[in-house]
Amino acid sequence: MSDLFHVTLFTLGVALLGTALILPGGVALGWVLARRSWAGKAAIETLVALPLVIPPVATGLILLKLFGRHGLLGRFFEQTLGVEIVFTWKAVVLATAVMSFPLLVRTARVAFEEINPRFEEAARTLGAGPWDVFWTVTLPLGARGLLAGCVLAFARALGEFGATVMIAGMIPGKTITLALGIYHEVQLGRDAEALKLLVISVGLAFAAVWLSERLLRRRTT
Amino acid sequence: MTTVAPASLRLRFRLDRGSFVLDLDLALPGRGVTALFGPSGAGKTTCLRAIAGLERVPGGFLEVDGEIWQDESRGIFRPTHRRALGYVFQEASLFPHLSVRRNLDYGRRRRRVSAQPVDLDHLIELLAIRPLLDRRPATLSGGERQRAAIARALIARPRLLLLDEPLASLDLARKNEILPYLERLHHELEIPVIYVSHAVDEVVRLADHLVLLAGGRVAASGPLMETLARLDLPEEFADEAGLVVEGTVGASDPAYGLVRLDFPGGSVYVAHAAEPAGRRLRCQIRARDVSLALEKPRDTSILNLVPARVVAVAGTAGAAHVLVRLDAGGTPLVARITRLSCDRLKLAPGAAVWAQIKAVAVLM
Repeated sequence: MSDLFHVTLFTLGVALLGTALILPGGVALGWVLARRSWAGKAAIETLVALPLVIPPVATGLILLKLFGRHGLLGRFFEQTLGVEIVFTWKAVVLATAVMSFPLLVRTARVAFEEINPRFEEAARTLGAGPWDVFWTVTLPLGARGLLAGCVLAFARALGEFGATVMIAGMIPGKTITLALGIYHEVQLGRDAEALKLLVISVGLAFAAVWLSERLLRRRTT
Repeated sequence: MTTVAPASLRLRFRLDRGSFVLDLDLALPGRGVTALFGPSGAGKTTCLRAIAGLERVPGGFLEVDGEIWQDESRGIFRPTHRRALGYVFQEASLFPHLSVRRNLDYGRRRRRVSAQPVDLDHLIELLAIRPLLDRRPATLSGGERQRAAIARALIARPRLLLLDEPLASLDLARKNEILPYLERLHHELEIPVIYVSHAVDEVVRLADHLVLLAGGRVAASGPLMETLARLDLPEEFADEAGLVVEGTVGASDPAYGLVRLDFPGGSVYVAHAAEPAGRRLRCQIRARDVSLALEKPRDTSILNLVPARVVAVAGTAGAAHVLVRLDAGGTPLVARITRLSCDRLKLAPGAAVWAQIKAVAVLM
């Protein structure tokens, strides 16, 4: 039972940390995509959406190659910062963050696009500079949509499997989340344990999606 | 006739976007209301947005009250938030997440308000928005929203007020509710106001200076009364040609619902509620409401018969109508009559005629 509790807490913590990690970048990118246009915009859009469509395991492999001991980023983290990422809890956070990023960017972009640019222009005519406008007009008006996006990203992070298993492995007590746990228990033939994890993850996912739907719906009425 | 205030706003904007061309070179007075008038697509809103810096016109030039806001030849472009201006948008632009009071505060906090602090209470009274202060914009009517938006634009003491068809999104009743407030502002404001509109009635009520735009170019620019009296207005304005004159109330005849207005050189009766004698009223006499006769007509239902002299006749060959400019003892008049009548009466400069004025619209 304490194991169940531990895995649930670990999963929630990882998902929370992963979402927090991508929040600033995701919101910024969502805003840029909503309000600016430039030559290579389509390429950036495609790149950001990629983790949604390529197999999560493939994303995981890319991350493994990048962050592994001999990878470009892995070497940097290990030699310069003394931080090892693969096959630790940090790898779980990294995998969930990367997989949730496209969802957050998309909802943030829609949230910003729905704001009538007239309000931002009015703020400028009242003496507000670009950052001021963003903090006092854009962000509050997009808040509900952004929050819904965070909840969605968080829900996606809760269920991440493919990328996580590639880069973090399946180390009991170290990198096992609810999703990994289900697979792990079934492999060991412990169906009852797997069922318990299943009930918890369905419950969490249900709550998260319900919350984000509520947030999005109330905004439009 | 009309004194022209020294120009304090100069602009030069040229844009060529293929189907849309803007070519403006204007000097506007530093006080009073300038109306930018023209059909939709004439470039009115683009011009206003360029003045506000919301749109950057390459190669543009803009000087307001001695300050250069844009001079691309010297690489100067002052961003919108550093331009001391107030802007009222066509549609509601109050921040929906803030109360009216906090909307007003938004601009006040951000502008380093200069020497004269704005009289907040006075502004709130003037626009009658005190009961609205604690409400959210979503709970206000269209007219209330625009009044609050006007207050918000003025509260930071701008040096220039820009109004982009502030009444266009309102129905007639709401429009009539706001116009008096705008008229009161007109009398109190000491800064230039640029008012974009495609509604003639708003323009003749509020404007002192008129800029007619057509196809992105200035068709005419000058003091309101002179400009509307011009005979060479482009086709689309010919129907609106006429005179706006200010007269003094002479006597009221409440039994018949008439008021006598005295002008230099004559007087006319207008249908209007009794007014105290001596009050100045602005009214419009449209060219199409003025007809001409060589002799004083008798037994006519038209009350206002004014002797006048023809000053000029203008009309393009082939057009059905001509405009005749008259001098009625010092007061200019314009009549729009058919070219056929003009030829039959043999009207030429110097001819003595009787002008029959069918309608006089009191504007304010």
